[in-house]
Amino acid sequence: MSTDHTGLPIAAHVRRLEERLIEAGYTTDAELDDTIATYLAEASPVNGARIVARAWVDPGFRRRLLADANAALPELGLSMGNGLQEQRLRVVENSTDHHNVLVCTLCSCYPISLLGPSPSWYKHEAYRSRVVREPRAVLAEFGLELPEHVDITVRDTSAETRYMVLPVRPEGTRELDEEQLAALVTREGLIGTAAV
Amino acid sequence: MGEARFSPGVRVRTSLIDPPHHTRLPRYVRGRVGQVVELQGTHPLPDQRARRIADPRVEPVYTVRFAARDLWGEGTHSVTVDLWESYLAPATEEVR
Repeated sequence: MSTDHTGLPIAAHVRRLEERLIEAGYTTDAELDDTIATYLAEASPVNGARIVARAWVDPGFRRRLLADANAALPELGLSMGNGLQEQRLRVVENSTDHHNVLVCTLCSCYPISLLGPSPSWYKHEAYRSRVVREPRAVLAEFGLELPEHVDITVRDTSAETRYMVLPVRPEGTRELDEEQLAALVTREGLIGTAAV
Repeated sequence: MGEARFSPGVRVRTSLIDPPHHTRLPRYVRGRVGQVVELQGTHPLPDQRARRIADPRVEPVYTVRFAARDLWGEGTHSVTVDLWESYLAPATEEVR
């Protein structure tokens, strides 16, 4: 398992690769900076939160989202491409008796465009190795105490599909509109380490 | 490999091979039995891509569900892992 990349010569390797691509005329520094800036500027958990809020208020959208997330995202002006190659997205639904939580045990696969840059713990070996083994204990450490009757599925997102959790709509939110609902949703809720 | 070999609900066993090269079959699910949940499309085999093999094989990728008990000997949760077809054999066949 890779752990923390800080202090590794990876940054130097990446730079060397960039320089060779630039030398060969494939790209320029300006183009690389632009691509990365655009990608990160649009990458935010606000996107994931908007998807969740729409799914809470619109049962038709919820059905389409769970059946084929890539096809549903354009309804909100979103995509899994962000100018780069489109990735497959699978949205998994939490309920009062079933909870999903995401991990990538092999590295740190994660839908950056919808959740923003991943939290540092998501990349740490402790989270990646423990959540597949004792998710209930790990979630409790995040402050999420799940009742005993709740089934837990840990999603090891080990291949090409990216995952996002659709949390349960909190009780007492009937009066809220879509925008107010979106404001309740956190990055951790979209990973499954928080209720919402 | 175009046509998906395994359908949802089928029980599969993962390969026991510990290759000397890159693979996306996590060690903790090697040689374990799980159930196919759904297909995640077809994708180039990372084991070949990482070795820069020209035209890597494109294979179906499956979400496979494992019971915690079958992975760790305890626990009531399940773990799903997305796995390329060549990592899998029918659960009834001899382990490779």
